[in-house]
Amino acid sequence: MLILRELRPAISLVVLFTLILGLAVPEAFTSAMQAALPWQANGSLIRQNGKIIGSAIIGQNFTGANYFAPRPSALGTSYDASTSGASNLGPTSASLLTAVQQRVAAYTKAFGPGPVPADAVTASGSGLDPDISLANALRQAPAVAAARHLPTHTVVDLVNRMTHHAAFGIVGLDHVNVLRLNLVLDALPAS
Amino acid sequence: MLYIALVFALVLGAAFPLGRYMAAIFERRVTWLRPVELGFYRLAGVDETRSMTWQAYAVALLLLSLIHFFLLYGILRLQYYLPFNPQHIAGMSPRLAFNTAASFTTNTNWQAYLPEGQISNGAQMLGLAVHMFLSAAAGIAAAAAVMRAFTASALKSLGNFYVDLTRITLYLLLPITLVAAVLLVVAGCPQTLAPFISGHTLQGGSQTIAIGPVALQEAIKQLGTNGGGFFNANSGHPFENPNAWTNLLENWLLLVIGFALPISFGHMVKETAQGRTLMAAMAIILALGCVGAYAAEAAGNPLHTAAGVARSGGNWEGKEVRFGIPASTTFNVSATGTSTGAVDSFTDSYTPLGGLVPMFLMQLGEVSPGGVGSGFYTVIVFTLLSVFVAGLMVGRTPEYLGKKVQEKEIKLAMLGVLILTLFILAGAGFSLITASGVGSLANTGPHGLSEMLYAWTSATENNGSAFAGLSADTPLLDYGLGAAMLFGRFAFMIPVLAIAGSLAAKPKLPESAGTFPTTGPLFIGLLIGVIIILGGLQFMPADTLGPLAEHFLLHAGKAF
Repeated sequence: MLILRELRPAISLVVLFTLILGLAVPEAFTSAMQAALPWQANGSLIRQNGKIIGSAIIGQNFTGANYFAPRPSALGTSYDASTSGASNLGPTSASLLTAVQQRVAAYTKAFGPGPVPADAVTASGSGLDPDISLANALRQAPAVAAARHLPTHTVVDLVNRMTHHAAFGIVGLDHVNVLRLNLVLDALPAS
Repeated sequence: MLYIALVFALVLGAAFPLGRYMAAIFERRVTWLRPVELGFYRLAGVDETRSMTWQAYAVALLLLSLIHFFLLYGILRLQYYLPFNPQHIAGMSPRLAFNTAASFTTNTNWQAYLPEGQISNGAQMLGLAVHMFLSAAAGIAAAAAVMRAFTASALKSLGNFYVDLTRITLYLLLPITLVAAVLLVVAGCPQTLAPFISGHTLQGGSQTIAIGPVALQEAIKQLGTNGGGFFNANSGHPFENPNAWTNLLENWLLLVIGFALPISFGHMVKETAQGRTLMAAMAIILALGCVGAYAAEAAGNPLHTAAGVARSGGNWEGKEVRFGIPASTTFNVSATGTSTGAVDSFTDSYTPLGGLVPMFLMQLGEVSPGGVGSGFYTVIVFTLLSVFVAGLMVGRTPEYLGKKVQEKEIKLAMLGVLILTLFILAGAGFSLITASGVGSLANTGPHGLSEMLYAWTSATENNGSAFAGLSADTPLLDYGLGAAMLFGRFAFMIPVLAIAGSLAAKPKLPESAGTFPTTGPLFIGLLIGVIIILGGLQFMPADTLGPLAEHFLLHAGKAF
């Protein structure tokens, strides 16, 4: 019988590959990475006074005028990283349009009139976007400087210094990591 | 545009040497892991000298897939009791476990479950990741079997499935996966078995951060055109895809084997121009898709522009800042031109035309370059149809690489093409007349139709990407899409193996003055034409009611 003849190799290969690719390889690889690259392998965590304040590459929420604000998140203002996801609202969604209109109004109220950078009023794909565009950061800089009683140029210089530029102008987009920017901001001597 | 050119240069440049290496794997000329390979055969009782007819090859492939399907089903149901479950995640419901097991057995990686809350590290590693290797290897093995049919006269055998599966996994998938995974960890992908992290944010809030053995799974997820994300946000999640460089690497991984396969084929039939011709047709379709989706997304959303959003930005809903628009659209188009289905940005929120491109590439039958293996044999089906059409036009007996293409092969090829279309259109249509199906939609208006059409297209074509607003964990969609995935994989693969068996047995005729050339620009144009007319045109009415209608309504200022 054709099928019976195939049973032994088919079952054996499934079991063998499960043990090797599903157990031995990931175990060995995890141990190796934990030894060689522990910071990244454990989530690029940032600590302050011994406490974990978050991951350098996972967004967290900031409110109030003295911090740079992250992007809106489909996960809500909690930036709950035990899950992830996008709004999935379509281009003709009325609820998305209403949300964008409200965010545009809030943004121009906080940072002055003018065109609003698109990333500032749209939710990201992961809901955990750690970054904002350079244009968005520069637009927020004067208000943050005012709230901290710092000269505007100090904060603008800081934003420029913290900017990750697109490599060769095409790989990526000029952007700033919000958590890192706000940490450096906190470390500035008060004027 | 420059970014798109960069991706193509890196992928096509690597596909030539990789394709040559893969041909050597299929022809058993690569032996650097020979002791490990022999160990597998000894333990599994594989006789590597045995050769299989197409029927035996198909039976072996189906049986192994079936066994692996049941193993995954069991793992998902019992994950609560299995090791590596620091979050104490409960077992899946029977219908969700069925859907997920079908999804990963068929290389689809449709995700009706929420990864962070519904699957343990143990089930990811022992279940999903192993399927990512083996379903990819099985697809490539089937492609290798099809390639062999054209290599000589009167062949009885298409190779040995177990040997192909083992060699492809050991010599191709595992080494590239390990190298890529190290690069991903360097860039910031985690690789840990620890529980979720509790953090206290800078402003004093609390934040729980999901984490796990991400990097290794991310690498095989892309390389094997699988696409099942470790996290719900898939490759948009910063832990799966930390920066623009990892995004480029992942984009490269998910394309490279698909484009290398036609090159392998060229080496196996000893006519490299034949391989380059197929590769060119695949690349042209994908390039047009990349440019089209980029143009649509860069133009932005007119409703939002009117609301005061800067026009220069483009459509940013569902996209991540670190990638930018060109890399986001190129990634999603690449992942639907292959059967990967990974996303680094959310297609449900793309502009209507930006979302149409990924859907249309799936509807074409996943040939640009398609899933690893499955894309190649689908292109071969279209190639046989093209040769047949050309034969009808000029009154010559159709033949491809010296093998006469006759009634039996064309009937089987058309069966494969039509059966998938029927499943997609009937499934989406039926779902939309049931209350349960309509209740799953997240968006209304024509976008709702697109959501459902996209789901059935994605499942049947074994892609796995989604207009992710759709609530897919319902009885209708769990069972319906689960069946669509199994059907789309095996009801297409078996006729293709039958075609290969039939062609293999025929004599390989020498080229004559009457042979229609199957290389060069003329044939590339013909092949693309046949793919678009036979693969795509059947979906025009449905696509018109969905994305096209939405496009015109959007520009007329309508919202729903």
